[in-house]
Amino acid sequence: MNVPLLADVAAEGKSIDILFWVGCAGSFDARAQKVTKAFARILNHVGVNYAILGEEELCTGDPARRAGNEFVFQMTALQNVETLNGYGVKKIVTACPHCFNTLKNEYPALGGSYEVIHHTQLLQELINTGKLKLKGGGTFKGKRITYHDSCYLGRVNRIYEAPRKVLEALDVELVEMKRCKSKGLCCGAGGAQMFKEDEPGNKRINAERVDEALNTGAKTIAANCPFCLTMLTDGVTAKGKEDTVEVYDLSELIADSLPPGQE
Amino acid sequence: MIQQVLFIVVTIVAFGWAIKQFGRIRSNIKLGAPETISGDTGTRWKNVLLVAFGQQKMFAQWKPALLHFFIYSAFLLTQVELIEILIDGFTGQHRMFAPLLGGFYTFVISFIEILSLLALIATVVFILRRTIFKRDRFNKPEMKGWPSKDGLLILAGEVVLIAAIFTMNGTDILLQELDPEHFPDTGNLAVSSILGPALFGSLSQNTLVILERVGWWLHLLTVYAFLNYLPISKHLHIALAFPNAYFSRLRPRGEMENMPDIMNEVKSMMGLIEEEEPPEGEELPEFGAKDVFDLSWKTLLDAYSCTECGRCTAACPANLTGKKLSPRKVMMDIRDRLEVVSTTRASQSAEQKAAPYDDGKSLFDSITPEELHACTACQACVEACPVLINPLEPILAMRRYEVLTESSGPSDWIPMFNSIENSGAVWQVGDARDAWTKD
Repeated sequence: MNVPLLADVAAEGKSIDILFWVGCAGSFDARAQKVTKAFARILNHVGVNYAILGEEELCTGDPARRAGNEFVFQMTALQNVETLNGYGVKKIVTACPHCFNTLKNEYPALGGSYEVIHHTQLLQELINTGKLKLKGGGTFKGKRITYHDSCYLGRVNRIYEAPRKVLEALDVELVEMKRCKSKGLCCGAGGAQMFKEDEPGNKRINAERVDEALNTGAKTIAANCPFCLTMLTDGVTAKGKEDTVEVYDLSELIADSLPPGQE
Repeated sequence: MIQQVLFIVVTIVAFGWAIKQFGRIRSNIKLGAPETISGDTGTRWKNVLLVAFGQQKMFAQWKPALLHFFIYSAFLLTQVELIEILIDGFTGQHRMFAPLLGGFYTFVISFIEILSLLALIATVVFILRRTIFKRDRFNKPEMKGWPSKDGLLILAGEVVLIAAIFTMNGTDILLQELDPEHFPDTGNLAVSSILGPALFGSLSQNTLVILERVGWWLHLLTVYAFLNYLPISKHLHIALAFPNAYFSRLRPRGEMENMPDIMNEVKSMMGLIEEEEPPEGEELPEFGAKDVFDLSWKTLLDAYSCTECGRCTAACPANLTGKKLSPRKVMMDIRDRLEVVSTTRASQSAEQKAAPYDDGKSLFDSITPEELHACTACQACVEACPVLINPLEPILAMRRYEVLTESSGPSDWIPMFNSIENSGAVWQVGDARDAWTKD
């Protein structure tokens, strides 16, 4: 897959319009890698002038900071700020709401100010401006889909409409869960929970959320965050519904509905 | 004359004691760590107007919001009537505004009466919700004992207050006909003109005069009792919701407070800034929050502003799935600890007061690591709070203490920390970061 590295682009003396921040999950997690590839396919398809950092990208530090480890956060974040400022990066897109939040809201205090958007916002923009056209009667047309707001895109950064507009463009039947938008229920991964066992309780949070999603009767759950993707997929599997219910990132739904063309 | 003297004495005592109590709350809040909260006064006043005064966030659940609004607006407007009571009390007059304002007086008092009736209905519904229907969020473990009694006590006080108003006004209506010289005409009052004759119509003039005074004094004394009850009750929110809305943090929701000391230390490690020699013999710095003194004064104001409604806990994914964490309990524990600290301090000698406070206890005695570790930082609690309290702030500050000062915390997190530090990724992976581009 042809994905430009910022170091190569800069070496040629060229500049980019936007940096694609892949994140740890998008880089290493097998399931999230599929999302990364789907999103890169869309960027290539539209012809966006972008690049990735590759080996120069480090964890933004979000889970370390929320776990309470400010030292580790500062170490990784300050290195990232050095790298980003070194390349003179102005605009960043990422498919991870945690990276999105940290880059957008926490790096300015560390000396790194960029325009940061989430990939669902870029997708909406590309659809709105007509740069991204979907094939008629796409794979998901008319299908009943429910959308899970991730906490860090939704409630924390109040982005509720862009992902829904993207679903609208796919011509799907969107059914909302009772707890949606500002009242959306967490998948259970945030605050560094992703990296530890649950505290004692009577139910896993992802099971609670998947129950709610399945109650809508949807066979497809759309997400916007690699950690939600993992939690919801695990929840569906725990229910034994992995053969009938699928969990996708929005960019996968879009990539599946691209008209044939060069990638 | 005796009444006047009694009134002045009671009033001075009530206000004097209340001022002392509120002063204590104020100095308790100041025990918190300094944090500069300023700027954008426009947005701040907007928050006061919409969120505190207009109760905007309450209306996320419109049914309790409407009932609460009845009690709230009745309470606000009753204070107008209280102005007359105060003036009458000092000067020994009776309903001095009635002849002065005429029809407008009838309108204002009638308006208050209608709101009081609605407030009475709301109060009864609220009592039922707490006792018979046992709404889930009022019956969590942290509500056992005093907090539940506190809630019911206030509602009972509300019933007494409204009963006093209608006794006072209802008997007055009858007395206006029997003794117009001493009881100036108020016009037809919306509720009391019907309720008064129905309840008190058969009583003698003497009994009516006594009942009128009983109603008047009961009204006054309930208000004074209320004023002095506030500082030891969750009901303090009626006062503190306003400053709490004004001082609510305006930075982006997703931004955790930066720690400049650590940032600068890391910067100097990275050679980005000149290394500063730490002063000789100084103790190792402590990071994060162990006790109320380490929390921002704003968090302490948050704690005193909490009315224990439990919307935060009802929305908390950890609590919903049976984990120990309850954001409301965190706020209550902070307030209760602050109360213990201030009571202990008050009995200390000047010498002890000069030294850092130490009673061998801290917030960790009531807020356990298990609770702190269950938080997903999803901010559902922050979103749910009608008075802009941020329960996430102290939870994360206490996590910082655990990890940075105590080097404890969930052992599951250690590989994640090490991995970020050593390989720049949350997982220790052998692959290159851009391996996905190669297939």
